[in-house]
Amino acid sequence: MDSKLKDLLEKKRSELVSKWIDAIISTYPKDPSGMLKNKKDRFENPIGHTITNVTQNLFQALLDEKSFTDCKQLLDDIIRVRAVQDFAPSKAVSFIFMLKNVVREELGKEIRQNQIYEEIFKFESQLDDLALFAFDIYSGCREQLNQLKTDELKRMTFTLLKKANLMSEIPAQEFEHKELKFNL
Amino acid sequence: MAKYKLPKPGELSSSINYNPPAKDWMDIPVEFKPATYPAAAKEKDLLTVGFPNAHQWTPEDEDWNLPDGWEDTVIKGIEERLSKYRSFKLFMDVCVRCGACADKCHFYIGTGDPKNMPVVRAELLRSVYKRYFTKAGKVLGRLAGARDLDADVLKEWWYYFFQCTECRRCSVFCPYGIDTAELTIMGRELLNLLGLNINWIAGPVAACYSKGNHLGIEPHALKSNIELMIDDIEDITGIRVNPTFNRKGAEILFVTPSGDYMGEPGIYTCMGYLMLFHELGLDYTWSTYASEGGNFGFFTSNDMAKRLNSKIYAEAKRLGVKWILGGECGHMWRVLNQYMDTWNGPADFLEVPVSPITGTRFENAKSTKMVHITEFTADLIKHNKLKLDPSRNDHLRVTFHDSCNPARGMGLFDEPRYVIKSVCNNFFEMPENTIREKTFCCGSGSGLNATENMEERMRGGFPRANAVKYVHDKHGVNMLANICAVDRAAFPALMDYWVPGVGVTGTHELVANALVMKGEKERTTNLRGEDLPGKEGNE
Repeated sequence: MDSKLKDLLEKKRSELVSKWIDAIISTYPKDPSGMLKNKKDRFENPIGHTITNVTQNLFQALLDEKSFTDCKQLLDDIIRVRAVQDFAPSKAVSFIFMLKNVVREELGKEIRQNQIYEEIFKFESQLDDLALFAFDIYSGCREQLNQLKTDELKRMTFTLLKKANLMSEIPAQEFEHKELKFNL
Repeated sequence: MAKYKLPKPGELSSSINYNPPAKDWMDIPVEFKPATYPAAAKEKDLLTVGFPNAHQWTPEDEDWNLPDGWEDTVIKGIEERLSKYRSFKLFMDVCVRCGACADKCHFYIGTGDPKNMPVVRAELLRSVYKRYFTKAGKVLGRLAGARDLDADVLKEWWYYFFQCTECRRCSVFCPYGIDTAELTIMGRELLNLLGLNINWIAGPVAACYSKGNHLGIEPHALKSNIELMIDDIEDITGIRVNPTFNRKGAEILFVTPSGDYMGEPGIYTCMGYLMLFHELGLDYTWSTYASEGGNFGFFTSNDMAKRLNSKIYAEAKRLGVKWILGGECGHMWRVLNQYMDTWNGPADFLEVPVSPITGTRFENAKSTKMVHITEFTADLIKHNKLKLDPSRNDHLRVTFHDSCNPARGMGLFDEPRYVIKSVCNNFFEMPENTIREKTFCCGSGSGLNATENMEERMRGGFPRANAVKYVHDKHGVNMLANICAVDRAAFPALMDYWVPGVGVTGTHELVANALVMKGEKERTTNLRGEDLPGKEGNE
């Protein structure tokens, strides 16, 4: 990353992250209590804590130009939450694109003065790629939700099926003589 | 043809509004999104127990086929309950909207949806109460927070009253002691008057009414299920346990939730009971009639809960037992501890429970005559009556989830912990504000542990899972112990989604694995057939 853009992002880090958090929180229903933003206890406000933690660390990872694989856990933390909330798929991963708007609004003047459009394009392209990567994680979460339903049904009924002789497991000891070869 | 000017990219992006509408809660209608609500009750199940207005409908339908004059039915229903339950009247009037409860609900914490704040959930019903039962509401209407009852309001009730697990965490924080769970109970009773219950509740209620338990297991099937467990116990320990069924003259009747009879990991807890009672030589019997400790009737109406509960004392009387021992269950214990005596007591034909092994008299149960199994087992351990080898559980790093109802409904905090710490060497508490009376619900209680509403359950269980994740990351916790059949059914999915690598167990499964039984063969596996620590590779 160009050092000028990096300096700017670092200098304005707290404003940028704070606005990014605000933008993400604004996707939740309007809430006069402001819990998601204001409540600091990580156990009593796990959504707010996840958003704050992920945005801060993801911002740093972007500055450090870490690989997407290094960002996977962070993205998973927030997407796993949004994948089960009332969001359309596009909206669930929209939080990454929000950083673009925040940076444009906060650093617009500096970008013009320093003529660093090319760097901004690169930075934004990086965010686009990150969003695609995020969508893979989102799809994984959604697939897992379906898998959970199947697994739960199996747990509920497996004993019954065994009992009714509709299903049987091959006991482990049948493989004790695995050295025997079949002569086909 | 009019010339159409394409918008510029900037104009397009500025037209996208990520923010939800900033409207008053009364003006935001409910949207039924798949996987976020349970399926509707089936007509046949409601008919089985004689519930009113049984009819076919689905939540996503525009028209719910409501019976003619349904508004009157609901208003009269409110009126009747206001006169019958003083707590309902008080809870309608006394709230000062201080907000102490607002951020205590696991569904609110997991969704950020303000209608899941306990105060707003209550307001869904209170606004209608104000409109029809208070002068200010009748005259001033919306200015006084009142609103007319219409089909949209009813849909909103249904969505949010079946998005509350009646866990009562909010009530711990209310300075007036308002129990929002009771308002959910009232809301569900009113919906039930119109045939608007859910399948996961109405099905078990009908099964329990006709077969004795929620799963509809008939006597011969119950017996053969337990016989399967007996075979497994013999394979593992070399000991054949010999429980009896419906035996007159036994000293103790044992009642447990039917979730323990089938399905994993509930059956391992059930095997734990069987092994413990055998080792003690307890004079007890199972009943194929009182084969359900849980009570889903409690999630429909007070009368139905009473009807389903009555079989426990009736069976105790028929068999002539002295007292009743109850297994690991959640809402079962709220019902037994707080309602059974008033509904179907006094159980003066029973004796104050005394442990035949230690002689301890359970004074706390002198009225209901029913003892919680962790109280019973904790007393045994305290008196050194069990030979235990906790090292058999050394591969486990265990935390304990206080199941909501035993915790907040009967103050049962220390007995299960004492038992677990006696049978496991590695125990770690979750953070203070997520356990004991402040415990977070599994998100699937009060009949919400259906499969079709998986996303709803994942949201509601997020605060609990988040605390488990903390001890998983910090201490390597890999087992979540509990004393509730719904926990055992619902947590495996919750853990798989939020904290993979954490298993789920009942407390008496841990006890049975550590229990050194007289004459047992050398154990190489635990009840799940997994190798015990240090016994890997043995056959």
